[in-house]
Amino acid sequence: MALSNLLEIPAAGFNFDNATRNAALEGLFEGQKPKPMKTGTTIAGVVFKDGVILAADTRATSGEVVADKMCDKIHYIAPNIYCCGAGTAADTGKTTDLVASNLAIFSLNSGRNPRVIMAVNILQDMLYRYRGQIGANLILGGVDCTGNHLYTVGPYGSVNTMPYLSMGSGDLAALGILEDGFKPNMELEEAKQLVRVAIHAGIMSDLGSGHNIDICVITRQGVDHNRPYQESEYKDNRKVNYRYRPGTTTILTEKVVPLKLELVQETVQQMETA
Amino acid sequence: MEKRCLDSGVKGVSTGTTILAAIFDGGVVIGSDSRASIGGEYVSSKTINKVIQVHDQIFCCMAGSLADAQAVTKAAKFHLSLHSIQMETPPLVISAASVLKDLCYKNKEELQAGFITAGWDTKKGPQVYVVSLGGMLHSQPVTIGGSGSTYIYGYVDAKYKPKMSREECLQFATNALALAMGRDNVSGGVAHLVVITETGVEHVVVPGNKLPKFHDE
Repeated sequence: MALSNLLEIPAAGFNFDNATRNAALEGLFEGQKPKPMKTGTTIAGVVFKDGVILAADTRATSGEVVADKMCDKIHYIAPNIYCCGAGTAADTGKTTDLVASNLAIFSLNSGRNPRVIMAVNILQDMLYRYRGQIGANLILGGVDCTGNHLYTVGPYGSVNTMPYLSMGSGDLAALGILEDGFKPNMELEEAKQLVRVAIHAGIMSDLGSGHNIDICVITRQGVDHNRPYQESEYKDNRKVNYRYRPGTTTILTEKVVPLKLELVQETVQQMETA
Repeated sequence: MEKRCLDSGVKGVSTGTTILAAIFDGGVVIGSDSRASIGGEYVSSKTINKVIQVHDQIFCCMAGSLADAQAVTKAAKFHLSLHSIQMETPPLVISAASVLKDLCYKNKEELQAGFITAGWDTKKGPQVYVVSLGGMLHSQPVTIGGSGSTYIYGYVDAKYKPKMSREECLQFATNALALAMGRDNVSGGVAHLVVITETGVEHVVVPGNKLPKFHDE
């Protein structure tokens, strides 16, 4: 039995697969197509003795510019399930919102608390259906009646489960730290320290990750979402408020043009209040 | 993550892999390696599970795109479960293989996944079926698949004998996987083996450092 997807030698020369698509897009935006905001990111998760810890950096980039310095990448899915998202910021946010709504309705209908595996299955089905067009690389973590769980879902719909995971552009930097430092059944402080160092490695070594570190600790007792857990030591002192009071700019001339409106048709609908 | 990529034909995570199944006297052994890679350049998981249980005594091994293979096996599990409830009897191994074949054949343009199905049923005993990329279904006493299989065709042809004992067959499968993992860069990790007989199912996991070593190692 020979599968045709054996080792393929990459074709020589340039790859023009996206040329027609780009040409069409260029036409729409007159050459200045907006760059999507990506969370070039470092996210990580670790299972410890009493639950799961999720951690993320807080930088969102749009091309080469940092679009958001305090981006929240740890999304709420259910009271006991949270999800870190890497990839296209809009996709991760919207997808996790959809799953959160689905699970809330399910909880109300069935009277049961949602399970992590259910969120994973819904995400997998949805991302698979969209064949990779939704750029969401997610790490889901949560505690339910079956135990402490950590899963990753890729943009094409592949699922993997491990006691420690990292995703995003800084994943290899973080993975090195996790591979070295992970032990099964760690205590809370040990585990917090491990993910903190892992995200820090991503922030230092990856240009797409930076700023603060957020963490979210999920246990049977509840959720502790720390935003920020660790602040970046590189802070600027600019005022962020750029509001100007009315009258700051002098009005030189004023011209009022009344709009002439003509009544064309009048319909009256009586409201029944009986 | 976009930097690492798409030189291989498979989009996303691929199970560039070695999978095999072999019938012995009284049962069947099905096994795989545990490596998943992206673009053949980066190992995204060292311990991925490629041997999926689709019913009590029927397992299947996946090769190709991980997302496609997981989606197909999920659908297959559902169909088989429904089928067995309607028939009020455990499904036959050929039914499981047919469900996979149908999915692979009808969606051959979009899918990049191949499977080996192995199991035990009351009608024909131990069986092995292979469903290839385009949806061909074929029954064989021993079969290998995935990118690593090319390195062990000779070994399998020379060493497989019908009606081996359970231990002999397990050793044969472990050796075959070890040889393939030793030569194929996208196969590796641990060897997952499952032994299916009339009485039940047994999982055997051989960690990488306990795999048999050959003369050049």
